[in-house]
Amino acid sequence: MADTGTALPNFIETDAERGSFRVNRKAYSDQAVFDAELRRVFDRCWLYLGHVSELAKPNSYVLRTIAGRPLIFSRGADDEVRAFLNICPHRGAQIARERSGSAKSFTCIYHGWSWNNKGEMIHLQGEDGFCDKFNACGEVNLLQVPRLESYRGLVFINFDENAMSLSDYLADAKDFIDIIFEQSEADMQVVGGTQEYSIRCNWKGLAENSIDIYHGPGTHPSYIDYLITATPGVIPDLANDQGRILKLGNGHGVAEYYGPWGRPIADWKSSLGEAIRPEIEAKEREIEARLGTERAERVTKRSFNLLIFPNLALLNIHAVAIRSFQPVRPNYMDAFMWMLAPADDSEAMKAARLNNFLEFLGPGGFATPDDIEALETCQIGYDVSARSEMWNEVSKGIPREDNENWMDEGHMRAFWTQWNRLMTGAEA
Amino acid sequence: MDLRELSKADVEAFMLHEAELLDSWRLPEWRELLVEDCRYLVPSCDAGGGTARDTLFYIADDGFRLTERVKRMMKKTCHAEYPRSRVLHTISNVQLHETSADTARASSYFVTYRHQRGNLDTYIGRHDYLFVPQGGQLKIKEKQSTLHLEALRPHGRITLIV
Repeated sequence: MADTGTALPNFIETDAERGSFRVNRKAYSDQAVFDAELRRVFDRCWLYLGHVSELAKPNSYVLRTIAGRPLIFSRGADDEVRAFLNICPHRGAQIARERSGSAKSFTCIYHGWSWNNKGEMIHLQGEDGFCDKFNACGEVNLLQVPRLESYRGLVFINFDENAMSLSDYLADAKDFIDIIFEQSEADMQVVGGTQEYSIRCNWKGLAENSIDIYHGPGTHPSYIDYLITATPGVIPDLANDQGRILKLGNGHGVAEYYGPWGRPIADWKSSLGEAIRPEIEAKEREIEARLGTERAERVTKRSFNLLIFPNLALLNIHAVAIRSFQPVRPNYMDAFMWMLAPADDSEAMKAARLNNFLEFLGPGGFATPDDIEALETCQIGYDVSARSEMWNEVSKGIPREDNENWMDEGHMRAFWTQWNRLMTGAEA
Repeated sequence: MDLRELSKADVEAFMLHEAELLDSWRLPEWRELLVEDCRYLVPSCDAGGGTARDTLFYIADDGFRLTERVKRMMKKTCHAEYPRSRVLHTISNVQLHETSADTARASSYFVTYRHQRGNLDTYIGRHDYLFVPQGGQLKIKEKQSTLHLEALRPHGRITLIV
């Protein structure tokens, strides 16, 4: 695709003797880099749009802005899921205007053109003023995003017609997504209520933070204090290796570990309360019987933080959180969090799950806001890099790259290597 | 104490005192304004009529968690609020709704300012209170602060008592 090559800075520097992998801070702050990134990363990668459960019935839709493009995430009358640009083919106005709803057709408020929810024009206002062939090849139908595919109901879109399949793109991340969905034989669905917020930081700060375990003791001691009080007898062990990090291909990465918190599915700890204990232990037994001991251990006891390149995190921790973060400006992102839960959750289980989510996650939780604080102060530093050459060290774990521990950073180096490949065409 | 004798002026005085405590970050004293077994709720901006038992909120604390929240907010390791942001709580549109001998419902509008690192963020919305008498004093049994915002943007956080 036409992309007039702006001279971009050198993004990655390695020093084998020092054991250093450094990332140019202009990656987080330079406008030319941001503009190139929208084309070279966000127009070529599979981007998370939403989950099919958010479109419960035919004719339902949700509005969502993905990498700066306003979209209509739609389930048509024919039950097909589509993504349209929410931009009128006539003069560009916003067509669908309510956050979500049910509509058999969409009518633009500007000149009254209308389409059904398959995107086909059904009414051309003042039709006699247009040639018969005006829409002969669908030129003024709703513009659909070229590619849309889903995995386990997680719907992704791609603006590159020639992109590899979503399944190929997800590579080894699929197994981790499977682990989440194996929590229940029932379908998983997004629970009502969205945490919509923003961070005064480049979107890549949150990509890193979402899979960073190294920051736990430094950033979250007040959360750990809470957990010790809420879970008598449990002393979180953060000093010893509790898991692993993995590079999953195509820039995806994961940190998988035994966390110090309770898990509604299915690792009861006293912080969850006695009332829900029988139900959680029953789920534990059900999963063990269904999946066998080894797989069940990963599904019930292991937490993980998964990053699907570029901007989706699946946090399988206190509950299952879907987190997406959208580039808005070099130093500002919009963030979204939803909770995913089995459709057959009892009322008590759903309440326990939501309660567990909030102790840590979200703008009002005891942990996420301190991550946000760290990222916002990082961005102040990144903004300085417009006039001074400055670098981030992403070097932890280099001396033991074949045997990295849960607080090492090899998976972040894989993120940056992929990003660099897309931005510059360079091989690692 | 019979809450049927409560006046709008009484609840307004309570709310203004509450605002003063919150402005000077006297949070343990603020916590004393609520009963031990209380509820403190901040719904997500699209929660609609959902409850914290079926809908994702920002905050849905029981008494234990609210006590812990206050403890966290007083620590230097509560990085989001240390060093302290400068906050100002303004209250208006106070209304006293139905009362019985031992319950009273009231509401107010709030405009709360938070200034940190040169960013002045404004939280706006409505507080809904359930008051009960305890030891001859008016206390909060349940407080819900509903943000009249589309999203926590550009705020990014709700780490104060709004």
